[in-house]
Amino acid sequence: MTETVLEPVRKTPAEPALSVRDLSVSFHSDTRTVHAVDGVSYDVAPGEVLAVVGESGCGKSVTSMAAMGLLPPTARIGGSIRLGGRELVGAPEKELQKVRGKDIAMIFQEPMTSLNPVLTIGRQIGEVLRRHQGLSRKEAKARAVELLELVGIPAPARRIDEYPHQLSGGMRQRVMIAIAVACDPAVLIADEPTTALDVTVQAGILEVLQSLRERLGTAIVLVTHDLGVVADAADRVLVMYAGRAVEQAPVHDLFAAGRHPYTRGLLGAVLRPGGEGKRRLPEIPGLVPSLDSQPDACTFAPRCSRADDTCTGSRPGLRAVEREAGADASHRAACWHPYAETQADAEAQTDAETQADADGGTGSGTDTGTGPGTSAAAQEAGK
Amino acid sequence: MTTAQTVPAPRDADTTLPPVLEISGMERHFGASGGGTVRAVDGVSITIGRGEVVGLVGESGSGKSTVGRCAVRLDEPTAGTVHINGTDVSHLSRRALRPLRKDFHLVFQDPSSSLDPRMTVGQIIAEPIRLHRRARGAAVRERVEQLLGQVGLRPEHADRHPHELSGGQRQRISIARALSCDPDLVVADEPTSALDVSVQASVLNLLADLQRDRGFGCLFITHDLAAVEFLADRIAVMYLGQIVEQAPTAELFAAPKHPYTQALLSAAPVPDPVAQRSRERIVLHGELPSPLDPPPGCRFHTRCPLAVDRCRTEIPALREIPGGRQVSCHLVTDDGTAPDAAAV
Repeated sequence: MTETVLEPVRKTPAEPALSVRDLSVSFHSDTRTVHAVDGVSYDVAPGEVLAVVGESGCGKSVTSMAAMGLLPPTARIGGSIRLGGRELVGAPEKELQKVRGKDIAMIFQEPMTSLNPVLTIGRQIGEVLRRHQGLSRKEAKARAVELLELVGIPAPARRIDEYPHQLSGGMRQRVMIAIAVACDPAVLIADEPTTALDVTVQAGILEVLQSLRERLGTAIVLVTHDLGVVADAADRVLVMYAGRAVEQAPVHDLFAAGRHPYTRGLLGAVLRPGGEGKRRLPEIPGLVPSLDSQPDACTFAPRCSRADDTCTGSRPGLRAVEREAGADASHRAACWHPYAETQADAEAQTDAETQADADGGTGSGTDTGTGPGTSAAAQEAGK
Repeated sequence: MTTAQTVPAPRDADTTLPPVLEISGMERHFGASGGGTVRAVDGVSITIGRGEVVGLVGESGSGKSTVGRCAVRLDEPTAGTVHINGTDVSHLSRRALRPLRKDFHLVFQDPSSSLDPRMTVGQIIAEPIRLHRRARGAAVRERVEQLLGQVGLRPEHADRHPHELSGGQRQRISIARALSCDPDLVVADEPTSALDVSVQASVLNLLADLQRDRGFGCLFITHDLAAVEFLADRIAVMYLGQIVEQAPTAELFAAPKHPYTQALLSAAPVPDPVAQRSRERIVLHGELPSPLDPPPGCRFHTRCPLAVDRCRTEIPALREIPGGRQVSCHLVTDDGTAPDAAAV
C-alpha cells in the first residue's frame, strides 16, 4: 500500500480514542475476491465526531464493522485498528468480547432488528451493565433509568418495563444509544443512525449524539450517506469511494472547498431544500467500479473529467492540500489533480456535464449519465 | 443535454378536459386486530391537472402511500371518490379497471422488489404494451428499445435480467415500464428514496425531463422535501391522514403557514455546515398520535408548540387563503398571516 500514514488532526493533544491505519478488508470466495476496504486510515479524538461518508458499496460500513470485530470469518483483515493503545486486528474473540460494548460500542440503522423483541428494554440495557460492570439486577435497573433519561426518553421509570414494539422508531433508536453508552465507551460507532427515521425525529437523535460527546467526551464515528446529517453533526469528514479514502477534511473546509473531484461531484448532486428553484442537478457520469481488483490507479479516473494518464497509471496517496498559506495537513485528498482552494463549483459542474456529453456521444457511458436518455427523449418530443 | 429546467408546459392547454386525477373526500379505514378502526386516510382531496406535478409529503404513518395506492386502485377507498380523466374509478371491479390501466401507472420505491426477477428487462417493459395491445410482433421490440433509449439505457439491456443491473438502472426500467403506454398519470411513491445521492440526481433529472417532454400528470409521494421541491409544481403536506397545507412549491418553501409544515422544513438538514448550524430548528415534542384514536380538535395540537384551547376542541377546516393556497390551522388568519412556530 502506498498510503502515507496520517498525522492525527486534533484540537487537543489527547491521544486518539480510535486509530485506524492502512486498514484493508477483503472477502474471498472460490470464484472471486472483493476488496471492500483498501488502505484506509483515520483517527478520532475523544469528544470528536468524524463522519465517514460515501455511497453504497464504498466500504464505509465494512470499515466500522472491522473496528467492532463483527466481520464474518471469511473476511481477511489487514492493517491496524488501535483502541486506546490496544490492537484489535487479530485479537482473539475473547479479548474482543471484553472490549465490545464497554470500550467501543455501535448503533445500527434499524433499531427494531437490533433489539430483542421478547425482552423489556430495561433487561436489554441491564444486560450490558451486568456483564461489563458486574452490577446486580437492581443496580442495573436503576442505572438503566438514568441512561434512558440521558437519551431523552420521557417517563423512563415506566418505559423501562416496556417491550421494543411499544416504542416508536425514534424511541427505539434512543434505547439503542442508551445500550451503546451504558458503559461509557471511549468510541461510539453510529452506522446510519437516522436513515430509517423521519426528519423531525432525526433532529432529536442528532441532538442526543451531540450531547453525549459534550457530556461524556465520547469519540463518535458517524457513518452516513446523508450530507445534510454530516453538515449538521460532524467535526471532520472522511470521504470514501470504492473502498478507498479519497478525501479527509474539517467539515467546513470540505463543504466550502472540497478538493477531490468525487467530493465535488457528490456535493453537487445533493439536493438542497429551499430557495434554489428548479435547476438541472449535476450528475456523476458512469458507474462505481467493481471491487475485484486493486488497480495501481485512481479508481475514480474513469468517471472523472480531470483524469489523465497519471491517474490511470498510478494510485494517488492522501496528500495534504495546498492552501494560500501553505500545505494544510488537516485537509488531505487522494488526487493527482485536485481542485484549487478557490476554484468555483460552477467550473466543476461544467466539467461534469462536458464529461457526460462525451460519454453519450461515444456510447461508452454505462449507466447513470442521462446524456443518451435525454437526447433520445428530446428527439422523441421533436417528432 | 438540456439546460435549465423551465416550468412544464401542459400538453393540453384545453381546460375543458377533466383533470387527470381528482381525489375527493377520500377515506381509507382499516380494521385493527384488537378492534377499532385505523383511519389511515381521513378525508383527503387532491386534484392534478394535465401535465401538473403535485408533491405529497409527510412522515411515516401520515397515510401518503395509502392515498397513492387508492389513486391507482391497488387499494379501494372506504369513502370518497377517485376520478381519473373524469371517470369514477373508486369502486370499479378489476375487470372493469383493466382497460383503463393504460392511463395511469405507479412507480414504486424499491425497484428490486417491484420487477419480476425471472423476466428479462425487455419482457418487463413489453408486458403492458402487449396487454393493452399498443403494438404487435416486431413493433413491440422496437417500442421497448425506444423506451430504453428514453430512460438512458441501451437496446442490449432488454436481454438482461433485473439482478444484472444497478439500483439506478432498475429504477429507470420501472420508469420505462410505467411510461410504456403513454399514461396521463404517473403516481411515483418514493421513487428515489432507495438510491444513492448521485444516482438519485440522475433519476430525478430523468423524471423531470420525461415529465416535461411527455406532459403526464404526476403525484409524487415522498418524505424528501428537497426532491419534491425539485420536481413538483404544487405540494400537499399530510399529517395523520389529513392534508394540513397545500400551496405552490415556491410559496410553500418561502413561507410555510401551518406549524407542522414549518417544523418539517426546519428539521430537514441542509448540506451546508454554516447554514445548517445557524438555523433555528423547531423541535416537535411527543409522538405521532395513533391513527386508531386521533386527537380531538386539530390533530397536530398534541405536538404543536403554538396550540391554544380552541385547537384542542375545534377541528380546523382546510380553507383557502390568498396565493392559491389552502391551510387547516386556527391560527392562520384569512389573509394568510401565520404565526411563527420557531419564535416559541
